[in-house]
Amino acid sequence: MTTAIHKAPAAAWNPDPVREVAERLKGLDGPLLPILHAINEQFGYVDERALPIIADMLNLTRAEVQGVVSFYHDFRRAPAGRHVVKVCRAEACQSMGAERLIGELEKSFGVTLGETSTDGRVTLEAVYCLGNCALSPAALIDGKLFGRLDAAKAQAQVSK
Amino acid sequence: MTQLIYVPDDAAALSVGAEDVAQAIAAEIARRGLDAKLIRTGSRGLLWLEPLVEFASPKGRIGYGSVNVADVPALFEDPAHSGSLGLVEEIPYLKNQQRLTFARCGITDPLSLQEYESHGGLKGLRRALEMTGTDIIEQVVDSGLRGRGGAGFPTGIKWRTVAAAMAEQKYIVCNADEGDSGTFADRMLMEGDPFLLIEGMIIAGIAVGATKGFVYIRSEYPHAIAKMNRAIAIAREDGVLGSAVLGGGKCFDMEIRIGAGAYICGEETSLLESLEGRRGQVRPKPPLPAIEGLFGKPTVINNVLSLAAVPTILAEGAAFYRDFGMGRSRGTMPVQLAGNVRRGGLIERAFGLSLREIIEEYGGGTASGRPVRAVQVGGPLGSYWPSHLFDTPFDYETFAEKSGMIGHGGVVVFDDTVNMAKQARFALEFCAIESCGKCTPCRIGSTRGAETLDKIMQGENVAGNTALVRDLCEVLRDGSLCALGGLTPMPVLSALDHFPEDFAGKTLAAAE
Repeated sequence: MTTAIHKAPAAAWNPDPVREVAERLKGLDGPLLPILHAINEQFGYVDERALPIIADMLNLTRAEVQGVVSFYHDFRRAPAGRHVVKVCRAEACQSMGAERLIGELEKSFGVTLGETSTDGRVTLEAVYCLGNCALSPAALIDGKLFGRLDAAKAQAQVSK
Repeated sequence: MTQLIYVPDDAAALSVGAEDVAQAIAAEIARRGLDAKLIRTGSRGLLWLEPLVEFASPKGRIGYGSVNVADVPALFEDPAHSGSLGLVEEIPYLKNQQRLTFARCGITDPLSLQEYESHGGLKGLRRALEMTGTDIIEQVVDSGLRGRGGAGFPTGIKWRTVAAAMAEQKYIVCNADEGDSGTFADRMLMEGDPFLLIEGMIIAGIAVGATKGFVYIRSEYPHAIAKMNRAIAIAREDGVLGSAVLGGGKCFDMEIRIGAGAYICGEETSLLESLEGRRGQVRPKPPLPAIEGLFGKPTVINNVLSLAAVPTILAEGAAFYRDFGMGRSRGTMPVQLAGNVRRGGLIERAFGLSLREIIEEYGGGTASGRPVRAVQVGGPLGSYWPSHLFDTPFDYETFAEKSGMIGHGGVVVFDDTVNMAKQARFALEFCAIESCGKCTPCRIGSTRGAETLDKIMQGENVAGNTALVRDLCEVLRDGSLCALGGLTPMPVLSALDHFPEDFAGKTLAAAE
C-alpha cells in the first residue's frame, strides 16, 4: 500500500525488482511516478543505480529521470531511519505549537529537522499539511496519523 | 433488534484513537454476547468530538464525543444515554448547516453502493444519462457552480470549452492535491463518500465526451487513496464504471494517481505535468488545459468539491442549487475551521455566512482560551485578517474587495501569541520550498524576501527593508507565472498592513 512511503521498510539493493516494477507499470499513461513510488516503497528509497535502468526501459534520458526524482519531496535518495516522524509545520499546526513540538522532538531524538539520528533510529522531517488541521498539531509516525500530538506521545510511539 | 453502532474510520478520527475505540467496541459486543453490529462511517465533521461514537435509536443516532478505550464499557451501561451528547443531528454545529455535498458523510458506510443509492446517490447520474451533453453543461452553468479549488472559475464554462474541442480522446482530471493548510474537505469527502466523487466525474465525462478520468491525490492522504481505490473497484464491479455506465451506452473509467509531496502540483498545469510523469513545473497558459491538457488532449480539471457538487445539481436541478448563496457565489461552501479553535470541523453552509459566525458561533473561540488575534482564510496564500474584518461574508467577490480570498475554504485561527512577522516570513519560506523554479520572481524572490524579513525582525533598517519587501511583493504578484508566486504576497502584505506593530524590529527577540 501507498502508506509505505511514509515509513522506512527497506530491502537491499538489487536491480531485478526495479526491472520487474518498470516492466509491470510501463504500460500506464505517464508511468514514471508510479514506478518511482513503487521502488521507493520497496527499497525505502530510490537508489542512484535504479535511474539508468528506468531511463532505459522508458526510453528517457537519465537526466530526465534524475530531474523527476529530485523534484519531489517523497522520493528518498538514501534509506531513512528505522522510525520516520513527519511533523506538520504548516499554519494550522503552527497555531497550535508545531514549532515548539519540533524543537522538543529534535532535542529528545538528538537530530535536526530533516536529518536521521546517527544510530539510524529516527528520521525527523517536516511535512506541509496532513489534512488534520482541526486536530493540530499533527504528525505521521511510521505511516500512522496522529492528531493533538505532544512530544511524550510521539516518543512513546517511537519507543514501541 | 440489532443495535447498530457507528464509529468513523476517517483519518482525523483515527488520528485521535478511533481504531482502538472501534476494536474495544467490537470486543465489548462479543464479551456481552450482544445482538449489535459495528459500522464504520466517514466523519460528521464535528472533529473536536472525535472519536464520535453513535448508537442507533428509534429517534435517531445518539452520540458520545471524544470517546477513549476506557470509556467503552460505560457506553453499554448507559441505557438512558445520560452520558451522551443527545441526538447527533440536533447538535447545533451540525443542525445549523446546509449539507448538500456532505449530506451522506458520516452517516453511510462509504463503501456500500447500496447505501449510497438508498440515500439519494446515482440519481444525478441517472438523470444525466437521459440528457444530452449540452443540456448537462447548461444545468451546471445555470447552477452558478464555481471552482471550489480556489480560483472560482465557473465550472460549466470550463466544461463548455472542453465539449466544443474536437479530439479523439478527452480527459476528466480531478484535482485532489489538497495541500492548503487548514483544509481537509476533499480528504473527508473521498474517505466518507467516495461514490459521490465518482458519480460527479462520470457526469462530467458524459457531458464533455470524455471516457477516462484520473484523480490525482496527494501522497499525504493514504486513507483517502485506499478508500478511493476500493470504491472505484466496487463501482467497476457493479457496472457504474466501465464500458456501459449503469448498463447504458456510455463508457467511463477512472484511476487514482498519487502525488509525491509537491505543493505546486495543486496548480492545474503542474498537476498535468506530474500526471504525465515529469517534474511538476507550471506550464504557461495559453493553451488552456481545456484545449490542450493531459497528454495534449482537451481536459476538464476540477477540484474534488466542484465535481462532488455536480450530482446534486443534476438530481435536484440547477435552480435548487443556485437558490443557495449570495451575489455571484452560488450554492454551498464546505468551510473548514482549523488551527487554534475550540470546535474545529467542517461547516457546509450557503455562501454569505460571516467569518465571525464561523469563528465565534461555530468555533467557540480559541482552543487556548486566549483572544483571537488573526485568521488566515484560503490556505497558505490567503490573507491574514484581524478581528475588524470578521464581519465579512463568505463570498468570492466580497473577500476579493478586501484583498482576501476564500480559496478552498480553509479558516485557520491564531490566538494573541502569534507573531505576524514570523508568519509573513513563513509564507515566503514556504514559497521558496515549494516553488517549481520555472519563473524567477517566485524562485529567487521568495528566498530574498525571507532574508529581508529576517533583517526586519532583527531590527536592521526596518523602514528601508519593509519598503523593499513591499516592492518585492509587487514583482511576485505581477511577474509570477502562477498563483504560488502571484499570491504569496497576500499573507505577507496583509500581515504588514493589518499588524504593523509586529514589524517594528526586534519582535522575534521580544516574543521569545
